[in-house]
Amino acid sequence: MTIDLVLFFGLALIAVVAAIAMIASRNAVYSALFLVFNFLTVATLYLLLNAAFIAVVQVTVYAGAIMVLFLFVIMLLGTERESIGGRIRWQMPLSIVLGLALAGELAYVLLRNDIVQGPLADLTVEFGSPASIGRVLFNEYLVPFEVTSILLLVAMIGAIVITRKQREEGK
Amino acid sequence: MSLALLIEWSLKSVVIILVILGGFAYLTLFERRVLARMQTRIGPNRAGPWGLLQPVADGVKLIFNEELIPAQADKVLFLLAPVITVVPALILLAVIPFGPEVTLFGRSYYLGLASNVNVGVLYILAVSSIAVYGIVIAGWASGNKYALLGGVRSTAQMVSYELALALAFVGPIMLAGSMSVDAIIEGQRHLWYVILQPLGFLIFLIAAVAEINRAPFDMPEAEQELVAGYHAEYSGMKFALFFMAEYGKMIAVSFIAATMFLGGYLGPFIDRWPLLGPIYLFIKVVALLFFIVWLRATFPRFRYDQLMAFGWKILLPLGLLNVVVTGVIIVLVGG
Repeated sequence: MTIDLVLFFGLALIAVVAAIAMIASRNAVYSALFLVFNFLTVATLYLLLNAAFIAVVQVTVYAGAIMVLFLFVIMLLGTERESIGGRIRWQMPLSIVLGLALAGELAYVLLRNDIVQGPLADLTVEFGSPASIGRVLFNEYLVPFEVTSILLLVAMIGAIVITRKQREEGK
Repeated sequence: MSLALLIEWSLKSVVIILVILGGFAYLTLFERRVLARMQTRIGPNRAGPWGLLQPVADGVKLIFNEELIPAQADKVLFLLAPVITVVPALILLAVIPFGPEVTLFGRSYYLGLASNVNVGVLYILAVSSIAVYGIVIAGWASGNKYALLGGVRSTAQMVSYELALALAFVGPIMLAGSMSVDAIIEGQRHLWYVILQPLGFLIFLIAAVAEINRAPFDMPEAEQELVAGYHAEYSGMKFALFFMAEYGKMIAVSFIAATMFLGGYLGPFIDRWPLLGPIYLFIKVVALLFFIVWLRATFPRFRYDQLMAFGWKILLPLGLLNVVVTGVIIVLVGG
């Protein structure tokens, strides 16, 4: 238990620092790499929670696929230096309001006290295994799963259509 | 966790890393000798008997090379990139078992680090997807157009072929009914998956060779067009690290192919003498490494657009088709 706690706080600290560094860094390439680092720490947190499948998927999909594409676009466009002048004026007050709202909600949920209900139940061997996740995903949550896949398909087709139109105009 | 267990695991990790490092050194010699034979040359044979000391000589020479950091480079990332490239190559083998359970000195040992985890195959994919970063960062941090082009190219290439690689894994996973590497090997006790999954094996081999940037898919370092690609600005031991990553990945990919499709450590009399396991695995891995070197001697390099078209328009649909056909047959036969 204590080792888990030490690990958790160490990882949490790293994750928060990486997240802040991602926002604070002036160079878009560094920002992207800090975000990758953050994803890797979060994946380790999943491992601590006995959710190996989620952890590995987190690394493969977010750190391995999506962020590589981000980095790819940043490097290809050569926009790694942030322009300091072009900020939107109403961004700052809005972000403060939204941030305070989020903090308030988090505090309310935590203080309501029904999340912390003593020690967690013992995990079964099957917990978090690919087979058990697949069973739940394709039985109980089949409709949301299919809707999500259609959404992704539509987004993909949309991206292809948009780039295609530009190419024709370019000719 | 008891101390004995801790020592056992540390020893296993050290052995796995030594396998990759020693394998890297002698794979370079193996490749040069084999290529030389295929091109009717002699190859390096001066240092030691049959050139066996050549890797040592190469290593010493690289250590004494001047370490250069270009003025345009981003120093932190420039130094970090070789490290990020090497680490995935070193840890890929963690889920590959080297043999069945053996009993030595009254204790039984698993010849592998974590081969029984239930996400073993996904671990391989996750680690290989992280390996892209080293090359991209190296290309960008060098502050050199050719290096950047090489890095960007390799990103596109590795992301594209990762999909086909993952689809090729689905066949053995479905046949074994598990993502654990141990279960996949156990499923091949009577028949290797290369016979049940010939298309899957072919897709895996092609995608894997592309994923590790070997000829004929060695786009990122196409020397005629890109000088040397992402590692053009690197010298000395930092260059050696990139080299080590490439050969380390070659070895790891051969281990993975042998395990997923060629029965891993299984072979005749394995139940009576479990220590034959590592020997069978070694033979299969060397055969696959020879095949990869042979490819380099045989095929000219793909053009970049051909490479992308091949990956997306041929390999990916074939991989999907393989998954569907395998699934239908498993349902019909009653798996």
